[in-house]
Amino acid sequence: MAIKIALPKGRLLRKTAAMLQKAGWGLDEYTSNMGFYRPKSQKFPDVLIRVFHEKDIPIQIAMGNYDMGICCLDWIEELLVKYPSSDLVKVQDLMYGGGALYIAAASLPEDLRQNGTPVRIASEYPNLAEAFALRKRMSRFSIFPVWGAAEAYPPENADMVLVSAKAGAELAGYGMVPVNRMLDFSAFLIANKNSWETKNLDKLVTSICDTLAEVEKKAVVEEEIGAAEISARKRAGKTAGDTVRLALPDGHQQQPTVNLLNRAGIGIDDYPSETGNRRPRINIDGIMVKVIRPQDMPLQVANGNFDLAVTGRDWLTEHLDQFPSSPVKELLDLKSSKVRIVAVVSRELQVEDTGGLRQLIAAREESFRVASEYVNIADKYARDNHLGQYRVIPTWGATEAFLPEDADLLIENTETGRTIARHNLKIIDTLFESTGCLIGNTDSVSAAKGKRIEAVVKRLRAVVEDN
Amino acid sequence: MKIQRCKGMRDLSPAEMTAFHLVEGICRDICSGWGYKEVRTPTIEYLHLFTSAGTLTPGMLGKVYSFLDWDGWSGERVVLRPDGTIPVARLYTESLQGELARLFYTTNIFIFEEAGEKTRERWRCSTELIGAGSATAEVELIALSLEVLKKLGLKGVELRLSHAGLIKALLVKLGLSPEEQSRMFGRILDGDNKVLAEVSRESPEVGNTLKPFLSLKGQSPGFLRNQKALLARNMLEIRQYLDEFLKTVDLLDELGVKYQINIASGAGFEYYTGIIFQLFIGKEKVGGGGRYDALIPSMGGGDVPASGFALYLDRLMDLVKAESFVKAVPERVLVRAKSGGAVKEAFKAADKLREAGYVAEIDLDGKKSDARWIIEVQSEAPKFTLIDAETKKKTEASTVNEVLKRLEGEGGD
Repeated sequence: MAIKIALPKGRLLRKTAAMLQKAGWGLDEYTSNMGFYRPKSQKFPDVLIRVFHEKDIPIQIAMGNYDMGICCLDWIEELLVKYPSSDLVKVQDLMYGGGALYIAAASLPEDLRQNGTPVRIASEYPNLAEAFALRKRMSRFSIFPVWGAAEAYPPENADMVLVSAKAGAELAGYGMVPVNRMLDFSAFLIANKNSWETKNLDKLVTSICDTLAEVEKKAVVEEEIGAAEISARKRAGKTAGDTVRLALPDGHQQQPTVNLLNRAGIGIDDYPSETGNRRPRINIDGIMVKVIRPQDMPLQVANGNFDLAVTGRDWLTEHLDQFPSSPVKELLDLKSSKVRIVAVVSRELQVEDTGGLRQLIAAREESFRVASEYVNIADKYARDNHLGQYRVIPTWGATEAFLPEDADLLIENTETGRTIARHNLKIIDTLFESTGCLIGNTDSVSAAKGKRIEAVVKRLRAVVEDN
Repeated sequence: MKIQRCKGMRDLSPAEMTAFHLVEGICRDICSGWGYKEVRTPTIEYLHLFTSAGTLTPGMLGKVYSFLDWDGWSGERVVLRPDGTIPVARLYTESLQGELARLFYTTNIFIFEEAGEKTRERWRCSTELIGAGSATAEVELIALSLEVLKKLGLKGVELRLSHAGLIKALLVKLGLSPEEQSRMFGRILDGDNKVLAEVSRESPEVGNTLKPFLSLKGQSPGFLRNQKALLARNMLEIRQYLDEFLKTVDLLDELGVKYQINIASGAGFEYYTGIIFQLFIGKEKVGGGGRYDALIPSMGGGDVPASGFALYLDRLMDLVKAESFVKAVPERVLVRAKSGGAVKEAFKAADKLREAGYVAEIDLDGKKSDARWIIEVQSEAPKFTLIDAETKKKTEASTVNEVLKRLEGEGGD
């Protein structure tokens, strides 16, 4: 069987590409602006290579879908801390892409245990964050798993974050002090345990290790944790109880959001921000704005961190499918950024609808694999359609790369269907249509706050209905 | 596709359930006899109930089944109960406060075990004595647990004693940082009985004095008195714990209970503050308990002393010879309707047989049965035919009462 390799997108791509270049792999398409995820190697033409989001790679290796992969130690530990018996071997430290994971807070907490109120920790690394909280014997804590922008949460929306940074000093830029340096990481070559025990991976390993000969690991810089001063300018003041907290999206949702606000006569400074400012100023009194990931908004509105948020119905549905008792609801359809949430299979598959899918599943031995960024929507879809014994594989983007080898069905969003067609896939079902929407919390708020919220919704509704 | 049970989980077969009920029943009978009342707590609890310092060691917390439930949008996790005592202490704090509570319960607890070879769902028969904090209370629990094991017919039970307060005081004495103390204490409680010897080597001055204390196994209050004479002079801090320990041991001695004092093997829970006792049969631990005075206060339940123990039901089931407890099991009778029209009669006859104390099974399409007797029922006379399943001898009867009379006559010989 062909050897399968998983390579990272994102932060490690450039350096990994350079390293493999040096190793003489001769990859045809492994560059930062690629749209395909299947590079080929001249040196190892039989090796099957796929490109994934870095966070997906340890999972793919542990599941045995891939024999070897490259990703940073932080994502490996995020998996192993929760699932220590995973079939994953750390083969070699590649000594690039280094950084560290820090627990950081807006101010140095006196006692991490803080008996009584829960300590809120926001992180892209929820498993490591939980391990930290348990190790520090925090009596009560809430972990907010986030897709990104964790550094924007303290102090109002989280007491601590677990974030990656090149050095602790970087955190000062976000108005935070490092409390604990949890893990130093760099890129690693990893392998599936079974593959390592049974397959001939030596040529690949040698080619990579040869490039390392002259690299020497930089000594870990000792730094003082917790002593840094936070500049008063960066430290946000306490917000008044009746201030309305509005979350606006980062990424490609920014432009439609600005347009909407402008048409409603609402001015906003430094959004989208060129400097990465996540606290733009809005010209309505009593409203505070933060810029976070749209994926994270429903949860943040549910737990009362924000009163209003501009997100997509896809992410609201994802949240409500996981937590049906959540107090979040859609206040206004913004009718922007229309996408369809669809069920997708390989074009090679003789299946045209969910009925066909059920027949296919009934006829096979292995369990059925559904890959999606929308884990809970995918889970509910599989449940509602009686897809037998299925597994949901969580992904962090680039989901098209999973078909046909590493998943059988995708739950994906699509605007035009072109990307899906380009990857030789086909749509067999449309789950729902998603547009931008304004969401809020059904739990009661103070009268003054309620009035402010109502006023904002009214102004935006006028614009949407005018269209 | 092969259907199978979840990895690490256990089914209990009819034969195992017989042993299960036997052990549980003896626990219930004896606990009731001592004035204990049964309680039951939910399978799911909040994680924070178990994370407060001094409840479970980080080693154990790393093995709990924690997850976000349907209400998990607040970020708060829930767990499958990893321990029985803490939920019962919560129940006491929530709804029984102020009373002296003698409580017992049979419960399953869930602890992840990597290989999945040992079962991840474990059964416990436990008691908690909340609101009393004397040596008498501790001895009551020890005596109660020993009585259960005796009633189960188990021989060679060994009682090992240690003391959490004493261990903690020794760790302080060994000059460890608070963080290290709590780490070491955790390791000792997780069953690593070499820790104390290890750290005392690093502090030779204190270590030498402690050596006999940590390595010897005392079998009488004399052992503690000797140690006290040796240690109390330069280790005032531990005197209080030694005195407490002595009171309990003296009482056990008076009651003629045999024990072994082994300070270094203090396996148990982080919530223990005083005496720790473990029950062994051969090399196998079958239960244990201890004093936990800080648990109820940590839940805001006021200054309430408490202690309790758990017997490992899974292990006892394997050790107990269920056959030796077989009570006079009622005889089994299979009732077979000879025709469709006789089904109603067959059900009626079965009812009467049950009322008379027999186990009556309805014949289902001639499926094999291990019943001692078979009764065939038909619409026409003679309505009943009684067949001895062993000798195949047949007797006819026209009423159920007649059948019963025959059965009694036959059963009498």
